[in-house]
This record gives sequence, structure tokens and C-alpha cells, in this order.
Amino acid sequence: MSRIVGIDLGTTNSLVAYVEGGIPRVIPDAEGRTLLPSIVAWTPGGVVVGEAARRQLARNAARTVYSVKRLMGRGYEDVKDELARLPFPVVPLAEVVTIRIGDREVTPPEVSAHVLRALKQRAEAHFGEPVEQAVITVPAYFNDAQRQATKDAGRIAGLEVLRIVNEPTAASLAYGLQKLAEGVIAVYDLGGGTFDISILRVKDGVFEVLATNGDTHLGGDDLDGAMVDWLLADIRARHGADLSADAEARQELRLGAEAAKCRLSFEERTVLTIPFERFTYVRDIGRAELEALVEPLVGRTLGPCRRALADAGLRADQVDEVVLVGGSTRMPLVRRRVEEVFGRTPHSRLNPDEVVALGAAVQAQILAGGITDMLLLDVTPLSLGIETLGGIVSVLIPRNTTIPTLAKEYFTTSVDGQTAVDMHVLQGERELAKDNRSLARFDLAGIDPMPAGMPKIEVTFLIDANGILQVQARELRTGKAASIEVKPTYGLTESQVEQMVEDSFTHAEADVEARLLIETQTEADTVINHVERALRQAGSIATTAEREAIGRALAELRAARAGTNRDAIRECTVALNQATAPLADRMMETAIKEAVTSKRADRLLENP
Amino acid sequence: MSDYFAVFGLPRKLGVDGAALQRRFYELSREHHPDFHQGADAERQAEALARSALINRAYRALREPLARVEYLIALEEGRDVREAGSEKPRAPKELLQEMLEVQEALEEARAEGLGGDAAARLRQERARLEARHAAEAEAIVARTTEWDRRVDDGGDRAPLLAWFKERLATRAYLRTVIDDLSEALGEREEGHVSHRRH
Repeated sequence: MSRIVGIDLGTTNSLVAYVEGGIPRVIPDAEGRTLLPSIVAWTPGGVVVGEAARRQLARNAARTVYSVKRLMGRGYEDVKDELARLPFPVVPLAEVVTIRIGDREVTPPEVSAHVLRALKQRAEAHFGEPVEQAVITVPAYFNDAQRQATKDAGRIAGLEVLRIVNEPTAASLAYGLQKLAEGVIAVYDLGGGTFDISILRVKDGVFEVLATNGDTHLGGDDLDGAMVDWLLADIRARHGADLSADAEARQELRLGAEAAKCRLSFEERTVLTIPFERFTYVRDIGRAELEALVEPLVGRTLGPCRRALADAGLRADQVDEVVLVGGSTRMPLVRRRVEEVFGRTPHSRLNPDEVVALGAAVQAQILAGGITDMLLLDVTPLSLGIETLGGIVSVLIPRNTTIPTLAKEYFTTSVDGQTAVDMHVLQGERELAKDNRSLARFDLAGIDPMPAGMPKIEVTFLIDANGILQVQARELRTGKAASIEVKPTYGLTESQVEQMVEDSFTHAEADVEARLLIETQTEADTVINHVERALRQAGSIATTAEREAIGRALAELRAARAGTNRDAIRECTVALNQATAPLADRMMETAIKEAVTSKRADRLLENP
Repeated sequence: MSDYFAVFGLPRKLGVDGAALQRRFYELSREHHPDFHQGADAERQAEALARSALINRAYRALREPLARVEYLIALEEGRDVREAGSEKPRAPKELLQEMLEVQEALEEARAEGLGGDAAARLRQERARLEARHAAEAEAIVARTTEWDRRVDDGGDRAPLLAWFKERLATRAYLRTVIDDLSEALGEREEGHVSHRRH
């Protein structure tokens, strides 16, 4: 069997990992970086992914797509409330969320496919041979449509997705390799955009998920969003500027907020400095301030924890170990709240950014037959049902049922000679169909004409090990398989995916070399841009000699940038960065000093 | 209909050793789970999928004493068991008077809100019903050995089967009333269907 890699397709960052010599390892890129930012930018030179796309966030906001995982498998109606926060335009009223990039439209699976393709190429460069099969992780609380969208993304990227694995469960597998003690473990996974809690029993190498719960719209992104709103209000008050409609400024603030949030996990105070065209915004933030701001969001993770425990039939004191996964769990506030719920100090002995990818690699190795003593038994996170008379849902498969699983349901006709029956399949925990997630409508056709009530059609609903629904039907009297036409409510149809797979071959992105060149050029552009702005703002802070040296380095980079020698561009970029560093430091110091001074002046005015 | 007891090589009896069942479940899972048949042809893979689904459903139906009773009733009656409460809720005769009082309290709370003593009264009723709900479970489990004995000596099982059905229906009814009370108290997750474990 060929090589199978494990991929963590994250909201913020993505990784690819592989088990080598019995140990799962993250595969780094040529620069040694393990995290690939899940960001895709459409530039005049072509599509760029990762770090290069990240630098486009502020400069090319409308054509740079980030956090697309939150849009996977969703409809316009689901996300319209948060569109104001997104700098890229979303086509209104399309059934499947569709993003407009210039004159073309892309769907979330196509955007994710760019990220997956970059990881695929990274793995291929590492192994020196093609990689075509993968295990991809998704949040445990992802519904059928979101899982299907992830699988579609893999196909578009040229990967056969052998298994969709739940992120918290993958994490438990990574821990399991290190001979996890047997018992009940809770995995609390707060990532960039989603939250999951899974309760597992580990025994004799079997990882049995007892219950899972979560929120697919709650993560670090939301914390950043809350900070941005707060900073925008602060800027309005202190500088009299309303930046809320300025996509570029919002992105600068989002990036700054994210970095400040991360620093505040290790420091009590931090200073956020963002140079805008007209003024430099400097804000001193204390950890307590941040915590007050995000407390309600963190609090939203506690209800799902309690529900998962209840569904597992366990009390908190019956949990033997609590594991933290996801970058957001570095926040001390999160650790305190988790400790309160479970009455036990949580730990993250494995790197919380990498553990899911490592677990995906372990699952890949299990599928490849390389590990035979571990078995994962996962569950379906949401109840599956069909709509019955009066718009009521009849549950066929309850949430937290071990997968694979199946349920059979029998249908008949209500009119003489009727040859088709239609059914509406839903996922969710509410009693009324309209309050649940519509998965698909199925048309059972080709029933032989018979008097009403005579046909007996057996429909089998099977949830496979990926948590994805498969439906089969047959008429019991004739034994004939009934044909089913599936109309996914929020997904791409089979033919749409086929088309995208084909497109990805015909408009094949430039090969790896070309893509790397574009990325290097883009990075050079960003640095040139920053330096030019710094020189304009520097005024008397910059010495004449300094201006000359920077000017020379700038000219050299511009010349290299015009060519196609990637190494030359990179060297000149580094040189320019070095030439500017001392000036940048001094400018930062001055800005902070000014901010502190003005604060002192404020205080004097307040207390004369 | 496939007999879930047979899946684990067990007789149709209610006394099951939980630890042994779990061990057997893990063994069968290791044998049939799709993870271990990834390299096989399509037909074998489909077979593993179907087999694995059956094992999972069988384990779910048998792992807890009450679920086992529910499944056994369905099996004895030769109907297909549907999870999430196959017994139709029925008001217990001996509790009719009390149920009327609960209904009254509920209506009052709905009409006049939770002010005054209303909330306290609803909570008190709920605590009483919760205790009753738990007692029903204990009563049912207590008679499972009697069932197994009759299986062994070939005695008439019909009256006991009918009794199990009645108790389960009562229990299901208590559950719906408890949920109604929680909803009236505003303590129920918005419209969450409760198909919690027994």
C-alpha cells in the first residue's frame, strides 16, 4: 500500500504528519516551519498559500481568504451574521457559501483544496515521491455536510481521503502511542475556530469514545474578533478615528490582537503597537483586561463539557485525565475554567498545535496496517432523523452512537399507483424538523405502480467510520433496489466536485517551483512596502547614513525582484530587513515612549 | 431480524456479565472494524462495514440492564426495535391523582409565571418524580433474574414480559413529565430531545 499521510486541516494553521520508525512526526517545509497558515491569497502573480498569503491579509484583504473552515458545508443563511467581519465578499443567497475573488467565484472546499495541495507538495518534497492518500481531521462536532465538504476538498486537491477522523480523538491516539494510562480521559479541544469536548475510555489498546459535544463556531477567531471590536472602540475614543469599515486596518488590528493575546498567556502585560498611516496606535493591555473581554466566550465551552459527561453517564470525578488540545488552551483563563469543571488539573504534555496532526498520522498508519494493536471506536456527534407528519423529527440514530452504525426504516405509498416517495433527512437534537440541520432530500423513484400502502420500501441509513451518511433503498416485495436521488442541502453535488477536480488539472497551479517564486516575490513586495512607509514616518529618527544604506538595500531588492532568481530575492530581502532593523526598533521605542508620556499627561489633566 | 444476543454468542437472558461483554465487543471490533480491512477488495470492505455496524448496535442494545430489557421485549414480540424509547409513555394508574396535581402545578406556572411558590413547587414535584423514575429502574432490574430462571426451567414468561412492558411505559411517562417540569422551570436545554442513557 502506498504512503498515507495524516493532515490536520485547521482553521488557523494546517499540518501534515507521518509515522516514521514508529514515531509520528510533523513534516516541515524547506525553511523548517511545521505550521502552514490556512490562508489563500489570489495575487496578480497567481495563488499563494500559507505564510506568503498571510502577508497579503492587510494589503490584499478582499482577495485573501482565511478561516475558511468556518464556512465549510454551510449555507449563506448560516454565516450572514458574521459577514461584516470578513473582508472578502460572499455571494449573497447562494445555497452553498461562495466567495467572490475578482471575476471568479470559489467555494470553501476549493479554498481548502489549495491548502491541502500545499501540504501534499510539502510531503512529496520530503519523501521525493508522489503522495496520494491521506487521513484528514475535522472537529468532532462537524455535521455530515461539513465532513463531506472536507472530503470534497481532499478530492479536489488530488488526494484520496481514506478516513475523516475527529480532532480530539486523533489527539488521544497521539497520546496513546506514548502508553497512556488506561482509564477515562476527557479531551478539551479549543482551536482557531471550533470547540470540541470528547470523553473516551482507553482500555486494552481500544480508544472508545463515550460521548462528544462542541460548538463548530467557537474558537480563537472569536476571541480575536471580540478584541478587535474593543480596540476599534478604544481607537475611536483616543484618536477620534473610526476604522471599523477599513478592511486593511481591521486586518492589522486582528493580527495585532492575535499576537497580543498569545503573549498574554505568558506575560501579565503587553504592549500592542500598530503603525497606521496617520498615527501609531499603542495600547498597553493587561491579562485581566483580556480575560474580562473573552470570559463569556470561554464560558460557552462549559455547557458542552457538562452535556458530554451526562451523555457518557459519568460524573466529573470519574474522569482520570484531562488533555488540552488547540492553541487557545494556552490561555490561563481556559485552563482555570477546565479545571473547575473537571476538578482536575488539565495537561498538554504534547504540543497542542501539533498533537492532532500526529494523531492523524497514527490513524493513517493503522489504516496502512502498520499499527495493529490500537483501535479507535468513535461516535456520531449528532442525532440523525427523518421528518415525519407535522414537521416532527423521528430519530433513527441517536447522538453518541458508536460508528459505523445503521438504522432501517420502512416506507410505503399513500396514493394508488404512486411510483416515488420523498424523504427529508436531518441532523440535530431538536424536536421540530425546521430547527435541525437539513442534510438532504432523497427521492425514492422507480417503485412499481401498486395500490396505496402495498409497496414496502426498506431504507437503510448507514453512518460509516467517517461519520458520513450513506443511504440505500430496496422494495421488499420485488427485492428491487430503488434508485435514490440525493439533493444535498448545503453541499456540492457529485458533478460539481467532478468539475472542480477536472479544473484543478487543466488550470493546474504553476508547479512547486513557480509557486515558491511567487511566494518569495510576494514577501519581497511586503518588505519593500513596509520599509517605504517606515522611511516616510521616520522623520528625524533616521540618520542620513542610515537612509543611504537602506536606500541601497532597497534598490538591490527591487532589482532582484524584477528577475526570477528566488535565492537572490530572498538574500536581498533578508539584507534589507537587517539594514532597517535598528531604525525599526528605535521607531517602536519612540512610539511607546510617546504613548506613555501622553498617558501621564492625561493622568495629570484628570487629577489637577 | 438478527438477534443481538447471538452476535456475542449469548443466550437470550437478561443476566449479562458487563466486563465480559465489553471484552467480547472489543475482540469482535478488532476483527471486523473497517480500519483493519482497508486493503481488502470492495466487497470485503462493505462486509466489514455492515458487520461492524451490527456489532456496534448489538453492544449498545445490550450493555445496560434496562436497554437489555427493552431489547428483549422487542425480540420476544418479533418487532424491530427502534432506539430512543420504544415503549409508548403511559400514565401509571396508581399515580393518577398525583399526576393531576403535577399538571395543575404546570398549568399554574404557565399561566402565572414562576413567581411566588410556583418554582419551588415545580422543583419539589420534579425531585419526587426523579426518585420515582429511579425506583422504577431498580424494580425492573430486580426482576431480571426471575426472567432468566423461567427461561431455564421453561416456565411461563408472558406475565413477566407484560409486567416489564408496563413498568417501562410508566418510566417513559415519568421522563416526559420530568422534562415538562424542567422546561416550565426554564432549565431544559432549548428543546433538546432527551434520549439520554438509562
